[in-house]
Amino acid sequence: MYSFKEKSIKIIFTILAFVSLFFLLGIIFVLFKESVPVISEINLIKFLFGKYWYPTHEPAEFGILPLILASFWVTLGALIVCAPLGISVALYINEIASPKQKQILKPLIEILAGIPSIIFGFFGMLVIAPLIQKTFNISTGLCTLTASLVLGIMATPTVASLSEDALSFVPKSFKEASYALGANRWQTLLKVVIPAAGSGISTSVILGMSRIVGETMTVLMVSGGAAVIPKSFFDPVRPMTSTIAAEMGESAVGSIHYHSLFAIGLILFLTTLIFNAAAEIISKKHRLKLGIDR
Amino acid sequence: MKKLFMSLLFIGIFVNSTFAEKIIMEGSTTVLPAAQRAAETYMDKNSSADITVRGGGSGVGINSLISGTCDIANSSRQIKDSELQLSVSKNKSPKSFVIAMDGIAVIVNNSNNISTLSKQQVEDIYTGKVTNWSQVGGKDLKIVVVSRDSASGTFESFGELALNKKKVVNAALMQASNRAVVTLISETPGAIGYVGIGYLNSQTKVLSIDGVKPSKENVLKNKYPYSRPLFMLTNGDPKGEIKKFIDFVLSTDGQDLIEEEGFVPLK
Repeated sequence: MYSFKEKSIKIIFTILAFVSLFFLLGIIFVLFKESVPVISEINLIKFLFGKYWYPTHEPAEFGILPLILASFWVTLGALIVCAPLGISVALYINEIASPKQKQILKPLIEILAGIPSIIFGFFGMLVIAPLIQKTFNISTGLCTLTASLVLGIMATPTVASLSEDALSFVPKSFKEASYALGANRWQTLLKVVIPAAGSGISTSVILGMSRIVGETMTVLMVSGGAAVIPKSFFDPVRPMTSTIAAEMGESAVGSIHYHSLFAIGLILFLTTLIFNAAAEIISKKHRLKLGIDR
Repeated sequence: MKKLFMSLLFIGIFVNSTFAEKIIMEGSTTVLPAAQRAAETYMDKNSSADITVRGGGSGVGINSLISGTCDIANSSRQIKDSELQLSVSKNKSPKSFVIAMDGIAVIVNNSNNISTLSKQQVEDIYTGKVTNWSQVGGKDLKIVVVSRDSASGTFESFGELALNKKKVVNAALMQASNRAVVTLISETPGAIGYVGIGYLNSQTKVLSIDGVKPSKENVLKNKYPYSRPLFMLTNGDPKGEIKKFIDFVLSTDGQDLIEEEGFVPLK
């Protein structure tokens, strides 16, 4: 009886594990299948490097260069915000905060990471955008800078939490050895702890980045939505994710517009896939370096 | 047991096909949301009705009506002479019903001192020829062009009525809803945008076009340039369920639904 129960549970969990794999493969298959017509109906070079996105105009134009660059600029900007902020928070919690502070701060940051993105969108639209418009005296507050700031704030908890984990994995003996050699706290932090946790911190930044690239609702609300090639951080932009969200519902099934939205989705998927694979590889090295074998 | 089930299913299909008259509606994407809404409400009230609503565009709808593949064609323009001739050759006699008026208001920030623009000026602003308010008699302020997303029916209407199907300048901020347009314009001093007349409020300033205000009266009298009637066409005089549906759309209840979708009702 016991072994039967054991076996059946094992089988159920095996099936469940493969179900998620099945869904993943299904999604990849659909993405590829629906994207392929873009190559035959529009030329791939024209699609990737075309400067104009007029999907419903007669004649339609499907150049996604402005959309790719928009995603790139917004992600870069957000990275400049979230990486230093997130890592500083992690360092404070791990090195300086008293145990009591740590007890409060760590869960709070994790709650912040769980706030729905649309709330950040509201916040960006009603608070940050008007502020930026007045501060820099520009024509509209819905621009790359606003999107970068909001997304940067959004990704900070992810980066902070994961970086803190990485820092806490650094064995105590490393620090003790450093202090024993006469190094002070600052030297130990800079020369021993950060290098030891370096790859873990890089992983956290990369994972933060893949969250930023895939973020949809917030950028739809705060980036402005103009499909132009951005010349400065004050230009409104239209990232890939918000383009899909805004247009998918109304594009005729099977039209070139429909297929090109899928192709944009495929590009996004491949981008985050590369990010996550990189994060995985780096964090594996990190574990080996610290002698944590899992 | 299985047999019983099958026969019940069979009877079910049979009963359904005798009592539910199927109506297929096809055509303009501008009319689509209002038609969809009216069809859903009508089906809730009359369980025997079965209405399918499809998009495709005004031309597609009228052609389907002529070839007999749909019962009601939704259209945002009058039927063309060529289409009438084609229908005569196919022994069909399309009959048009005006179901509502579509009016699009151009709005600016309340701080803007401009109160009227010509049709040409609006076109120049939206195609990117004019980029500063001083070029149309206003303050020295950069114009922030706000448009609806290309998927929206309002975008399509505006493109036809105001821009002669020209491209909207690519620096335009594309917003996902009428509400988002109003909010953005109320917060942006240099902004210009457009919304369905049903969405106007005091948060923004409404412009006259060629000196005509986009009031409901001016839209109903077709004086306001960015307005047009919306049609439903049937083959000959409508009968049975089709007649009942058209009557519902033109009734006070139906017109209320149409107003909720941002159009101007006839009454």
